[in-house]
Amino acid sequence: MVTKLSLPTSITDEKLKDLYKEMWLIRYFDEKVDQFFAKGLIHGTTHLCVGQEASAAGSIAVLEPKDKIVSTHRGHGHCISKEGDVNKMMAELFGRETGYCKGKGGSMHIADVEKGNLGANGIVGGGIPLAVGAALTSKMKKEQYVVLCFFGDGASNEGSFHEAVNLAAIWDLPVVFICENNQYGMSGPVKDMTRVEHIADRAAAYGIPGKIVDGCDMVEIMNEVDEAVQYARAGKGPTLIEMKTYRWKGHSKSDAKKYRTREEENEWRAKDGIKRFKETLLEAGVLTEDEAKVLQEQAKQEIEEAVQFAEASPEPSIDTLEEDVYA
Amino acid sequence: MTKREITYLEAVREAMSQEMRQNEDVFILGEDIGVYGGAFGVTRGMIEEFGPERVRNTPISEAAISGAAVGAALTGMRPILELQFSDFITIAMDQMVNQAAKTRYMFGGKGKVPMVLRTPSGSGTGAAAQHSQSLEAWMAHIPGLKVVQPSTAYDVKGLLKAAMDDDNPVVFYEHKLLYKTSDQVPEEQYSIPLGKADIKREGTDVTLVATALMVHKALEAAAELEKEGISVEVIDPRTIVPLDEEAIINSVKKTGRLIVAHEAVKRGGIGGEIASMIAESEAFDYLDAPIKRLGGLAVPIPYNPTLEKAATPQVPDIIAAVKETVQNK
Repeated sequence: MVTKLSLPTSITDEKLKDLYKEMWLIRYFDEKVDQFFAKGLIHGTTHLCVGQEASAAGSIAVLEPKDKIVSTHRGHGHCISKEGDVNKMMAELFGRETGYCKGKGGSMHIADVEKGNLGANGIVGGGIPLAVGAALTSKMKKEQYVVLCFFGDGASNEGSFHEAVNLAAIWDLPVVFICENNQYGMSGPVKDMTRVEHIADRAAAYGIPGKIVDGCDMVEIMNEVDEAVQYARAGKGPTLIEMKTYRWKGHSKSDAKKYRTREEENEWRAKDGIKRFKETLLEAGVLTEDEAKVLQEQAKQEIEEAVQFAEASPEPSIDTLEEDVYA
Repeated sequence: MTKREITYLEAVREAMSQEMRQNEDVFILGEDIGVYGGAFGVTRGMIEEFGPERVRNTPISEAAISGAAVGAALTGMRPILELQFSDFITIAMDQMVNQAAKTRYMFGGKGKVPMVLRTPSGSGTGAAAQHSQSLEAWMAHIPGLKVVQPSTAYDVKGLLKAAMDDDNPVVFYEHKLLYKTSDQVPEEQYSIPLGKADIKREGTDVTLVATALMVHKALEAAAELEKEGISVEVIDPRTIVPLDEEAIINSVKKTGRLIVAHEAVKRGGIGGEIASMIAESEAFDYLDAPIKRLGGLAVPIPYNPTLEKAATPQVPDIIAAVKETVQNK
């Protein structure tokens, strides 16, 4: 018995298959990065979104190409979902000239302005006002694009969140605020750092709709984000969506995860968004087991190729050190 | 060009209005800039001409409005952000320093942030410690921000045009005591390139580099000193990033003496940078006297008018410094 999925009209069966593969691309990308860090093959730091694939893939799935996103320090998934090029991403993490930022930005500054990704951000909450500004451009130039603004539970306690959401609300700007509540701001549990039970409850303070979404459920994410995007595109203003999710890995590469239990981690692993999406697609007859295997394998292969691309790419010339500095 | 006398404040408004008439992408945002006309009245009448979409009155949210300016600039607008007092840049600091200044470089050259942050700075109004600072050296320290300090109505109009035409973030300091000063200013638009100093008065005995309001104090001091036969060359860098090093070096080679005067606190001020630049340059060999720096005392600006004046260099301080310097003949 095939269950018909209730989804936004823009989400075709082909798109669903692409999304399934995309989720694996995100997971394999970050797992690969994790391994390289462990082996000391990449330096600096990085923030992995393993476990949070659904909120990136599902939210961005309902966008049109002209729409924009503003990402966070945990931004590899957002970039991949916004048609990011995993070769350029991996090359950036390797600090190579062929990377998105010519090897000068690293994990926290990957941006793809042409594709509408206005960048990851190393400052918690730093991207929220930027997203509001990008939405202001859309409104003033009548470009009809919507901005998805990603941030975490930690960022919702920054002053920039309050100021920027209020500004977007009073100006009815086409922006959707997506709080990826992965339960911890570095080591700080959300329940210790925030008195309200749900971050989405704060929407009331700005006179905008707030929604709580299961951040591991692709179908729910696509439907809820689509509704908020349509609302924004119609000129009605912003929505605050809280995705309840979890990062399987630590905050960054140097995290012993002393602040949470292995039991809790296992509970969340059981809610794996990729696994659930696969079950949904199998049940709906969109995907067969064999097709699922092929897509997963393709994703794995693409990440391997990205690694090869990165490794084969040249280091930036020392002559580029002061390039792109104008003052 | 047809010139007439207008004030510094009117010149700022005229520069913005002329640009907004011809470029739809330019708009202003800031607190109380609408019907109120801005804290100092700079935008008075603009909302009537351009409407509330392009003269955007904002909530008191410096972090959000500075960030919105950066985001709008990054996506194709050319915003002018007015901050009521330059002291409030502390609240906009993340967006200016971590976002606006670094975006182009961090993104590997993709993405540009053509925005102007205009803000009144300086003491002399009795507004005390949190509304009187001169924090331009902070901004000058950040790679990726251009820093402008116009001293006359003529300069402010031309420099603002250049700032608005620039594809990168510019912090534009308007000294609040200069708003009411006037000058012969062309009616037409014109641009003064950023990074081009102006010799406000030619002289042969000593080079006096002064910024913003201090340019006027330097000129006053120079006029007094002329009576005593001391010839002072007053150089206004106009922009401290980029800094016209060549103009200062050439002047010091001519006079053999250098004094730098600014209102900002001397410690860590731009005067130290200019002095060091000369010490490291070919002009060093031409120096006949130690370089002198005049700057604000390391105190918060006090309220009492006598104390307030004593906190920053005044004309007699400049005269004394020049005399001391030229004694080394």
